[in-house]
Amino acid sequence: MSDTHAQSVAFVRTTEIPPAPPPTMETGAIKWIRENLFSSVLNTVLTVLALYFVIRGVIAVGPWMLNGVWNTGSLRECREVLDGTNAACWSVLTERWNQLLFGFKYPPEFYWRPTVAFVLLLVAAAPVLFNALPRKMLILTAIYPFLAYWLIWGGTIITPIFAALGFVAAYFAFTNGERMYGFFLGLVAGVGAALITWFIGGIIADAMPGSMLEAVPSRDMGGFMLNMILGTVCVSLSIPLGIVLALGRQSNMPIIKGICVVFIEFVRGVPLITLLFVANVVLAYFFPPGTNLDLILRVIIMITMFSAAYIAEVIRGGLAALPKGQYEAADSLGLDYAQSMRLIILPQALKISIPGIVNVAVGLFKDTTLVSVISMFDLVGMIRGPILSSTDWTGIYWEVFIFAIVLFFVVCYGISQYSQWLERQLATDHR
Amino acid sequence: MSTMTDPQPQGFRLGMLISDTRYRSYTFQFIALILLIVSIAYLISNLFANLAANGLDISWAFLGEPAGYDINQRPIEYTSQSTHARASMVGAINTLIVAFLACVSATVLGVIAGVLRLSNNWIVSKLMSAYVEAFRNVPVLIWILIIFLAMSNAFPQPRAFRGETPDATMLFDAVAFTNRGVYVPSFVNGAGSAIFWLVLLASIIGVFAYRRYAKNLLFKTGKLLPTGWPSLAILIVPSLLMYFVLGQPVTLEYPELKGFNFQGGVHMRLSLIALWFALAIYTGAFIAENVRAGILAISKGQTEAAAALGMRPGRIMNLVILPQALRVIIPPLISQYLNITKNSSLAIAVGYMDITGTLGGITLNQTGRAIESILLLMLFYLIISLSISAIMNVYNNSVKLKER
Repeated sequence: MSDTHAQSVAFVRTTEIPPAPPPTMETGAIKWIRENLFSSVLNTVLTVLALYFVIRGVIAVGPWMLNGVWNTGSLRECREVLDGTNAACWSVLTERWNQLLFGFKYPPEFYWRPTVAFVLLLVAAAPVLFNALPRKMLILTAIYPFLAYWLIWGGTIITPIFAALGFVAAYFAFTNGERMYGFFLGLVAGVGAALITWFIGGIIADAMPGSMLEAVPSRDMGGFMLNMILGTVCVSLSIPLGIVLALGRQSNMPIIKGICVVFIEFVRGVPLITLLFVANVVLAYFFPPGTNLDLILRVIIMITMFSAAYIAEVIRGGLAALPKGQYEAADSLGLDYAQSMRLIILPQALKISIPGIVNVAVGLFKDTTLVSVISMFDLVGMIRGPILSSTDWTGIYWEVFIFAIVLFFVVCYGISQYSQWLERQLATDHR
Repeated sequence: MSTMTDPQPQGFRLGMLISDTRYRSYTFQFIALILLIVSIAYLISNLFANLAANGLDISWAFLGEPAGYDINQRPIEYTSQSTHARASMVGAINTLIVAFLACVSATVLGVIAGVLRLSNNWIVSKLMSAYVEAFRNVPVLIWILIIFLAMSNAFPQPRAFRGETPDATMLFDAVAFTNRGVYVPSFVNGAGSAIFWLVLLASIIGVFAYRRYAKNLLFKTGKLLPTGWPSLAILIVPSLLMYFVLGQPVTLEYPELKGFNFQGGVHMRLSLIALWFALAIYTGAFIAENVRAGILAISKGQTEAAAALGMRPGRIMNLVILPQALRVIIPPLISQYLNITKNSSLAIAVGYMDITGTLGGITLNQTGRAIESILLLMLFYLIISLSISAIMNVYNNSVKLKER
């Protein structure tokens, strides 16, 4: 039968046809464009509109940025060089670079000190941020606060050494005290040991005033350095304070809970500016007559209180999100309050709260610009004050503010990207 | 024969205050209370010692004294002879004005950006991500300053509008952008205008009533009434009729260049606009994230279930997704409103006379009553915050999932 069939048709294919490629409209870039840009009438309109604005924006801003002048001494010179063309005067950045970063009073010969402190900050923060790094680097992290203080402020090295020794003494007194007498008395012993060490250190520092680095007074700090100092110091101080406040708010002792609630709600209810006003004009009244606290220290106190209240709320959310079984499991193992918090509850609650804490930290870092309102010369303060009002650069604003925007964006965006990465690293459940 | 014996009931010993968990919390609270009282007493005594040393006291009499300074934006009557209390009130109203404007525009902006960021149009969603990331990661103070400086440098002076061939012209002959502010037409209420406004208000209420009626009818009988054009008709027709019946009681007053400046219309100062726009754009970026999170929080099954019931996409959004998403969106939205109100205190950076500028700024500097002024200032913001959180609690309770 098949023979006859072979005669009746002219050609019979004996091999399989190779699969044809999909239609060009359904592959590669064209498909992507069709699906993502022109899938419907509304989408097409949106795409065209968006492209129009993007292209208009690039045409307006691109040449202005790229043709900018980088090496003139004043706005007038820059305008002469530009000769009527519309372009940026980036030279304000090169000419005022140091002022933007360090403020206008920090002694130029000591610029290396904050720079070293900043580089060391990256090194010291690295083992905290990345678990894969060797744990021995944490030693540098522990030393860093005292080292950075000494580098930036200068003065006798005895003060930071004894400040660090105080913490070491407190640690040993606490661990020994806790083992023998329990958590509470251990805490008392730790605080006592630290106070004694600091007292001795104060006497020795007074007796030996010699210094290796020349002291720089606080009022000379400025520029982006000031934002960095305020941001790092206040965030790192407010996390432990926030944990304490959150635990206090969760506790079932009415008086302690009441104190924490009133503090948190009060601080969260007022704008940071009013707290900075307090730091500027009121706080000095509450210290014993004759004490003269730096403005920068008063500001640190108030900003720390401010962010501690917010961090406390974030951590409270983390504590509340833990299943009740975790608390009960800790109790049933016979752990006391301090142990159950330290070993069971807080590690989990803090993990849940990381995104929130990072949000607060980013917000706080942005809020450090508010100190320019109480006439401190941080980055924004430098721009508004000495740079925009100088005869050389009056009338310039886009260039300097773009610089500030880029600086803050890089830092804040970096931090939030890190937090998202960390969240993925710590996601041990729902695999 | 039981071998178990109850432990001997012990009497109270002093050591149990520390070692016994039943009494330990009393010890801790007692210590905390004592520490609190001692530290407050210490701070207060320092305060009075410092005040006495500087020859100061605490007194609220300055509130009744004439302020002696001018406020450029006066929503209520105020002269430099008015009291400091009156000046603070003007400032408080100015705070509320800018906060209200910024809240409304931030919501609109945030909802649009949040929804567009979820759009399947690649370029639009990327643009919206860029907007959100750019504004969330830069301090709002910088945005306020840059908008203020850009406007005051880019807008022409009022005299540029003068002459036969002016350098600048008004937009639609109605809005003038000058470096002293933006002038827009204002309403002039003639005879019978009150009736007109009442009718307008009634028709707005009517629109809501009609939509509610249509929704109830839909839920009860399944009958679908059109809502689009009837609500437009309810909104426009009665007011328009009344407008002509009453003989055009409300007219517009256009700003006009007189002498060195514009007269008439509403003068919006650049400080107000800069603060308003900056707060709106900055907070809009945060609201966009809240809206996006709220919509993403609704599981895909809800959309698919609604689609399986044969609903159209628009109705799925309105009847299924949004009612559930709002439960997630509204609480953070309200706390963003709170943030706007608190951030409006940055007005002081551009010289907008809000309560921080009057009470916390000029009044404080003129009278030197730092403690009193700052206390009042904090009290003002505290009252606003606490009332907004009270509203939020009421809302949260009303939308709470009713669990069995």
